[in-house]
Amino acid sequence: MAARRRSLLMLLPLLLSHFLSLAAAFQSDELLLHDDDEFEGTRVSSTPSPRPPSTPPVVSSRRRSADATQAAGASESNTAQFTLEHDLGAGLGFAPAGSFSARLKSSAHGSQTLTKLRFTRNELTEDEKNAFKKLLEEDSFYTIRLPSNVLDPTRNDYIYSSIKARCIPRDSLDEHIVIHMDGVNILAVNYGSVGGCQYPRPMKVPSKWTFNSYTILKTADQAPRTPSFVEQLIETESGLGEVMKPPEKSFWAKYWMYIIPLGLIVMNAVTAAANIPEEQAGGQGQAPAQRAPIAAPRRR
Amino acid sequence: MIWETNIQTSTSSKSLLHVLSNSKVVKDNLVLVLAGQWIYAVSSIDGVISWGKEFTLDGLEIKQVVQSPENDIVYVVGIAGSSKLAVYQLNAKTGEIVKDAQESLPDGLCGEILLGSSNVLVALDETRSALFIVEFKGESISYNKVQISEFVQDFSGTVKLLPLMSNGIIALQSSSTVSLLKLKGMDGLEVIHSFDQPASVSDALTITEKYEAFAVVQHVGSQIEFIVKVTSDLTNEIIREKVDIDQHRGSVHKVFLNNYVRTDKSHGFRALVVMEDHSILLIQQGAVVWSREDGLASIVDVMASELPVEKDGVSVADVEHNLFEWLKGHVLKLKGTLMLASVDELAAIQALRVRSSEKNKMTRDHNGFRKLLIVLTKAGKVVALHTGDGRIIWSNLLPSLRASKSGEMPSALRIYQWQVPHHRVMRENPSILVVGRSGASSVAPGVLCVLDSYSGEELNSRSFDHSVAQIIPLTLKDSSEQRLHLIVDSNSNAHLYPRSLDALNSFISEMSNQYFYSVDIQKNAIRGYSLQKSCDFNSDDTYCFSTKLLWSIIFPSDAERISVSEARKMNEVVHTQAKIIADQDVMYKYLSKNLIFVATVSPNAAGEIGSAAPEEASLVAYLIDAVSGRILHRVTHHGAQGPVHAVVSENWVVYHYFNLRAHRFEIAVIEIYDQSRADNKDVLKLILGKHNLSAPMTSYSRPEVMVKSQSYFFTHSVKAMAVTQTAKGITSKQLLIGTIGDQVLALDKRFLDPRRSLNPTQQEKEEGIIPLTDSLPIIPQSYVTHTLQVEALRGIVSIPAKLESTTLVFTYGVDLFYTRLAPSRTYDSLTDEFSYALLLITIVALVAALFVTWIWSEKKELRDKWR
Repeated sequence: MAARRRSLLMLLPLLLSHFLSLAAAFQSDELLLHDDDEFEGTRVSSTPSPRPPSTPPVVSSRRRSADATQAAGASESNTAQFTLEHDLGAGLGFAPAGSFSARLKSSAHGSQTLTKLRFTRNELTEDEKNAFKKLLEEDSFYTIRLPSNVLDPTRNDYIYSSIKARCIPRDSLDEHIVIHMDGVNILAVNYGSVGGCQYPRPMKVPSKWTFNSYTILKTADQAPRTPSFVEQLIETESGLGEVMKPPEKSFWAKYWMYIIPLGLIVMNAVTAAANIPEEQAGGQGQAPAQRAPIAAPRRR
Repeated sequence: MIWETNIQTSTSSKSLLHVLSNSKVVKDNLVLVLAGQWIYAVSSIDGVISWGKEFTLDGLEIKQVVQSPENDIVYVVGIAGSSKLAVYQLNAKTGEIVKDAQESLPDGLCGEILLGSSNVLVALDETRSALFIVEFKGESISYNKVQISEFVQDFSGTVKLLPLMSNGIIALQSSSTVSLLKLKGMDGLEVIHSFDQPASVSDALTITEKYEAFAVVQHVGSQIEFIVKVTSDLTNEIIREKVDIDQHRGSVHKVFLNNYVRTDKSHGFRALVVMEDHSILLIQQGAVVWSREDGLASIVDVMASELPVEKDGVSVADVEHNLFEWLKGHVLKLKGTLMLASVDELAAIQALRVRSSEKNKMTRDHNGFRKLLIVLTKAGKVVALHTGDGRIIWSNLLPSLRASKSGEMPSALRIYQWQVPHHRVMRENPSILVVGRSGASSVAPGVLCVLDSYSGEELNSRSFDHSVAQIIPLTLKDSSEQRLHLIVDSNSNAHLYPRSLDALNSFISEMSNQYFYSVDIQKNAIRGYSLQKSCDFNSDDTYCFSTKLLWSIIFPSDAERISVSEARKMNEVVHTQAKIIADQDVMYKYLSKNLIFVATVSPNAAGEIGSAAPEEASLVAYLIDAVSGRILHRVTHHGAQGPVHAVVSENWVVYHYFNLRAHRFEIAVIEIYDQSRADNKDVLKLILGKHNLSAPMTSYSRPEVMVKSQSYFFTHSVKAMAVTQTAKGITSKQLLIGTIGDQVLALDKRFLDPRRSLNPTQQEKEEGIIPLTDSLPIIPQSYVTHTLQVEALRGIVSIPAKLESTTLVFTYGVDLFYTRLAPSRTYDSLTDEFSYALLLITIVALVAALFVTWIWSEKKELRDKWR
């Protein structure tokens, strides 16, 4: 009995891994429309971060251990890390400002994509705070950059993005990062404030020097299918489609032109019916009196 | 056409043609086609390839074919590498190699090689300062090296061998002279005649056997001199004529000689002369017989300019001068009506009619139909064409864009509006700006010219000390209404023009809002910049600004290559911000001047159609905000490949590509709508003022956009694409598609509506939505060019007329085509057939009827009162 249970236990991860790998293969065939939502840590606040951001590998290992059930399936996937660098002006050049970690997912075609992006921001040093304040005063640009290839940072290509520094401060520093990916290559990064940013804009120093980061990973949409394919699809459904249509119209929409006149006639009839008894009851005495004054001038 | 033969050549080397001469005309002559290592013989009767031969020598490039006078032996001369000369003897009938010989020359060759006499070759060495005289006899090659300075005095610059002569005569062109040299066996050469540049020598023309003539054209003062000589006796001249030519044609570029038999049975010569502005003249008997402005076949850029305003007063002198003409014209017309006119006179009457017709006037008209089309040609000539009949109003070969002595060919780049006078400087003529480079390379310093657009006079010209990488016309103007232009050089520094303090002040106040972007096709990247004060290298220059990189988008070069990038036209006018859709809902167009469209194709699908399989080909379309570098939309078309043609207008993009899966061309459309304004539909909010309609558009905040797209099959391959532009943007748009058949097709934008559905509802039909079809209809009547073809069509320009319904369309290629289009019919003007008389009669009748009835009513009233 115990042996059977053990064998069952051993089977379980196997089955799990099977299922997961199947799921992975299935996913790769799917339209990538919902990949936009495939990001994690929409709000990653850096200050309460229990781990120092200088040790990103810890993060990844932690995540792996946390998703223990996925461990079997994730055997083929790796984590990738890349740093975000920023330029605070004043000729300081680019300095590391945070790091991204993401899971590499290999699809059946051999292409790799990133999922489950996490972002940890380094805390701003005193110097950086001062530099940032200066940026705010000068109303100049805050520039960030990312390596163009996630796996191969030695290629000295960087993707830049900038925003006016005054757009970032709210209560804390709010940033919104959209990363456009193509496989493991970063095409573009769009860096901006969370809300709108109307200009000209007064200077505002944030009360909290912490970053609230929102990150989104984006891949290309597929073009809508060509009309001929659509047509073929619709032709097969057309029989249903046309029959389905009439019920969509409500009863009221269909017959209002009959109902309203009918309703009017009914109302008329009702008021008429209400009036007749009244006239019959109270009108008998008054009617001659009313008629009399009219009749009188005629005679004259 | 009698025959056409396709010959596959592996290398992209220069190919040559050689016709084997044969005294008997009837016999089948072979045409030898030389390409890289291959030689083919093609029959001249039916185009059948009779033989082909590949030479196995590595890196061989065939340069010459020499036919030996006796028996069917052809010598093929080629160069392998830089210094090895190879001579093959082939049997002309079969293509077999009879003999071959190779020889290495000591200093290397530059590749220019030509035949001196029947078995002597003359080749220029690598330094272009010495000549090799090579003799080949059977299998042996012997050579002799001669320094050019030994026999040509004061030669300088680059030397070129002109391929022409026989009888041992060679023409050598240096930058200062053109020299005619005679071969003296193997020993050397002798200068017989030399002409000062600019001069040109024609090929030798065989008139009778052993009697060959050639022409030399050189400039003498304001005239050109046309000399015809015979190769056998160079001291003698057959013809020496002086011909007057227009000064604006520049110097002589090339001359082609042709002979004819005079009435007295002697030989006469005429010559076709190609001038520096690419115009062609035919010279005969000391006069220009005809001329053609063939420079117009290579238009670089087009701009429309208004004509002068009609002045009220006409001076007396004008009237007196015209009085005789006027009388003559009337006499002619009288003759015409009395049927007395001859054919010539009829033509003159027709010409008079055309000249005096409304559309050919030299003044501005009320509807804005008459305009000057100012075109810049590749030769650096600016030509103004009248839209009425296409005649040339003025032309100017810009001196700063003419070839210099050092032989550098300047390149003309763009043409812009420089000054459009309004209220303050109304008296001045408008002017245009021409920007060019003083050399072919992209780092060559730029040149700038300002021309009067009414007369074509050069008002101002200057050459820069920096290169021209990008020209950005700004919307700002200085106090004299000169448009401000930023010229970005190859070091990413921006220079402001015009250089006036006034311009600088107005620019600096707006500088923080100026951004620009550059598309780097080599590095596969797009970058955006802002401007900063003062240059890096020259801080004294206050008109120079350094740039700061704000954003970049780098496409992975192993997956995508930039194919096309398009932006909205600067001067486009949009009338409505919103689109009301069928269910009374409102969609706000995302109208940003900074929207750019970029299409990338996968690298292995960048070649010809069919070079890539559908699985490995893809096309990615991007919509990018040029200020912030935001990718607003990104969509992949799998199995699609270029060439991509795109046009961006208002809030939509239309692009054309090839669908490998469906084996058809497709046109796709993307429309982009602003979602952040979608809440403004609520009337209550509008009343309470809680709307953001008046909020300015800013690129700093994240736009919420919605995108609709659709693609349709299209029959044609496309050469150029444009969209109609109207004065106020009310008229519906048409796409102007230059098809592969060199015609222009006007396609309603309604056909390219992404909201087309299979069964549009009644409301949608009322809105004008066409039921969905999978391909776009091509209605034969919608060809703008009718039955005409615009040969080698390259560009389509749409210019708004003053009348909202009408747009002016100019199409250029080798041919030029101009027409007026009304995409939604001429709803704002009466047609020509409109009967004004009927309208007048109706009005008169109505007034009369009014009067009569008024009298009647008065009378009746009077009668009633008396009763």
